[in-house]
Amino acid sequence: MQNPYLPYPVRIDEIITETEDKSLKTFKFVFINPDDEKKFAYESGQFGELSIPGLGEIPIGIASSPMEKGFIKFTVFKTGKVTSYLHAMKVGDIMGVRGPLGHPFPWETLQGKNIVIIGGGFAFTTLRSSIISILDPANRSKFKDIHVIYGARSPGMLLYKDELQAWAQRDDIHMNITVDGTNDPNWKFLTGFVPTITEQKAPPGSPDTYAIVCGPPIMIKFTQPVLDNLGYSHDNIIMSLENRMKCGIGICGRCNIGKSFVCKDGPVFTLSQLNNMPKEY
Amino acid sequence: MTLIKIDRQTWADGIEKAKLAYRVFGPVKEKNDHEFKQLDKGEMPDFSLQNTRLSPKAIVYPQSQIMLTYSLDESRDDCRIMKEVENVTAPQLVLGIRPCDALAFPIVRRNFDSPEYQDTYWIKAYEATTFVGLACNAACSTCFCTSAGTGPFGETGQDILLMQDGDALYAKILTPKGEALAASMGWSKPAEPDAAGKLDALKTKAEASITASVSTDKLKDKILLELYGAPFWEEEAFSCINCGTCTYVCPTCWCFDVQDETHGLSGVRMRNWDSCMSPLFTIHASGHNPRTQKYERVRQRFMHKLKYYVDKYDKGIQCVGCGRCIRMCPVNIDIRRICDKMNRFDAKSCACDIASS
Repeated sequence: MQNPYLPYPVRIDEIITETEDKSLKTFKFVFINPDDEKKFAYESGQFGELSIPGLGEIPIGIASSPMEKGFIKFTVFKTGKVTSYLHAMKVGDIMGVRGPLGHPFPWETLQGKNIVIIGGGFAFTTLRSSIISILDPANRSKFKDIHVIYGARSPGMLLYKDELQAWAQRDDIHMNITVDGTNDPNWKFLTGFVPTITEQKAPPGSPDTYAIVCGPPIMIKFTQPVLDNLGYSHDNIIMSLENRMKCGIGICGRCNIGKSFVCKDGPVFTLSQLNNMPKEY
Repeated sequence: MTLIKIDRQTWADGIEKAKLAYRVFGPVKEKNDHEFKQLDKGEMPDFSLQNTRLSPKAIVYPQSQIMLTYSLDESRDDCRIMKEVENVTAPQLVLGIRPCDALAFPIVRRNFDSPEYQDTYWIKAYEATTFVGLACNAACSTCFCTSAGTGPFGETGQDILLMQDGDALYAKILTPKGEALAASMGWSKPAEPDAAGKLDALKTKAEASITASVSTDKLKDKILLELYGAPFWEEEAFSCINCGTCTYVCPTCWCFDVQDETHGLSGVRMRNWDSCMSPLFTIHASGHNPRTQKYERVRQRFMHKLKYYVDKYDKGIQCVGCGRCIRMCPVNIDIRRICDKMNRFDAKSCACDIASS
């Protein structure tokens, strides 16, 4: 029997400060035992428990893509006890990671489909993982049109700025990068809230078109009617939820929404599924 | 199944013998109540009880349990690398567990031992434990085990069932584990031929002494969101003070918290029983809380036991009818009343339903 509570030891290999307010940092981890990387075989949409001895664990979406080898990446917002400590850690420090946990986005269903990726704020991490996976030469032909709508409060609050720039140059992905507002005269992308940009830029709904939506509750609240108007079936709207977690494996009992655990049965749910669940998230 | 008669001397000698091979737990009197304790040499379980105040779940699932250890000493190679704690694997023996409490272990097992994840701590302790039940000859007014999947002479979750007829003590061997235990304890004398008949009569009498019941037959068919939205939750939760006693004494409540505790340069990651009655149970780091209201937490407890569990496993309710939460609730919230309300809830005519209750 494998102890599911025992984290893999990892070393912090790189720390990137993502946003101008320094509230978001990306941590690149390397497994101390190389075999652990194979055991941590994951797909985009899954999460891990970052484990700091003496502080505790935090469930964080995996920002790296399984197509990227030799490391795993997590982008972490500084908000509580563990994340604040993590933000003060340095390259070379040792900690732990448990996972991969939860279900990924439904990649088998998504094959041969159009995908609209809609993200807001710092909920873009597993979406970054998804885009890297989709754009990989080994995978791109498996999907039809890819649209991305990603918004942040200001240009300085966008994650993965270099990659966004590079994706915007490509012709095999429709990038719609937007900010709530900016006085930067050099801003060359869009201005406007995510629901508005979705209304303008997202393709119409069809059985072959799926939307993956990750963002703050307010963004989700106003994006859903837009997708309804565009004709998206609730089976074709895929969301990723968060709840307070401890074990991450459906045992400790705190992240349930009705009979489903966000950790083990989610965090990915279709809107159809969520419509039949209590709103306890 | 073998029926054995145990005389007083064999009983005492057997327990002392068992203590050499097992950690032996049994009910002992503590102040005004009984509790399960590990029995020292010469100490006997006290069977002059209705049931223990706390359920014996802690024997497999301690209230606080160290899972991992770590060192923060930078001079060590294993600094900040979590180490697994060797879990209970030495044999344990629980003597005198009531059939209701014994049923709780198979119910809880579905949570700790799923096809996807095995909670090694719980499973190893459970597998190392032999359960010797003690049939109830008379029920409390709060007992409703016969409508919760077992009965005063219920056998589920036990390796041996002990039955008392006056001063005589009988043991029914139920599993190979029980057989091994009986052999090692020297419990080998077959019961007299008419014993089985007498015990059956006792069983019938004991079952008849249970006057309380719950109806659970319609829970599965209810639409989850309708039951969740039922209008009685606020009213039922009104008197609740969210003290958590119900979750603490419950043999089937399994939720836990995980905390790190550091002393100097070394520390432990431990789990502790937790309670869905606490707002901290679900609060996000952002301050957002999906269950801010008291009634939402009360609803979670009952929906978990009587609907979510029922739907998820299709193995009945997550309740064994021991009645502890009813007896110990400081404000008289009664799971039987709530279960019946849930079972007969009809979303279409709920207004009439409430008026008549």
